[in-house]
Amino acid sequence: MLALYSNPKWLSVARAAVERLAEVLGFPVEQCRSITRAVDEALTNIVRHSYSNRLDQPIAMYFRRAQRRHNGQVQQRLEILLCERGPAVDPSKFQGRPLDEIRPGGLGLHFIQQAMDTVEFTRKGSTNRLCLVKYLAHGSSVL
Amino acid sequence: MQISARRHDKTTIFDLSGDIDSANSPVVRDSVLREIRESRTPRVVVNLSQVRYMDSSGVASLVEGLKASRDLGSRFILVGLTTSTREVLQLSRLIKVFEVYDSEDQAMAS
Repeated sequence: MLALYSNPKWLSVARAAVERLAEVLGFPVEQCRSITRAVDEALTNIVRHSYSNRLDQPIAMYFRRAQRRHNGQVQQRLEILLCERGPAVDPSKFQGRPLDEIRPGGLGLHFIQQAMDTVEFTRKGSTNRLCLVKYLAHGSSVL
Repeated sequence: MQISARRHDKTTIFDLSGDIDSANSPVVRDSVLREIRESRTPRVVVNLSQVRYMDSSGVASLVEGLKASRDLGSRFILVGLTTSTREVLQLSRLIKVFEVYDSEDQAMAS
């Protein structure tokens, strides 16, 4: 578990932790970068949209290694849960911009969805929860 | 993150280094836009060879630099893309809208 405040200066610390974790769990280098990018963009969205750029709000990151049986084989996965206490939001409004438009902004959600196998947003009590899951390819696990 | 600008042969060259994320991309954006509008050189080169990481807000800053350059009739060129910076430009499908060269020398000769 990693707890941090909603100050963007901590993003580099979170990135370093996530990238190293993904490496240790055996993800290929390219996926380590994409998972790290996804978490960074998710944290940035929390700071910007959920906490309106306030710097002192709490964010908790939980990391879990899990597995499932899929097509008769055990498949390992990394679950990353981001919890924050901003206002309730409508997940249907989570939309990136069309990628054929040449303009700044709206790319973060694309980076998250491109990197992760599942992206699930829920609200539990007064907490927004974003769960990001990435499966390890068969045979690449060092768990 | 560090950013600096120099002028050479009717070209403004930005040197960026470190991580570009939402903590510092406003500085990148403001520095690039201000220098482009003040220098008004016909060619703008952004050297990304020392950039370790760039997020979507960094990409957005480059897009704003591209638009400001186009408004002034200048070329906006990226050089020295690292694996990480190339990936985000490819994922966003924006790499095709930038002029990209491997090195500063190639950009200066173009």
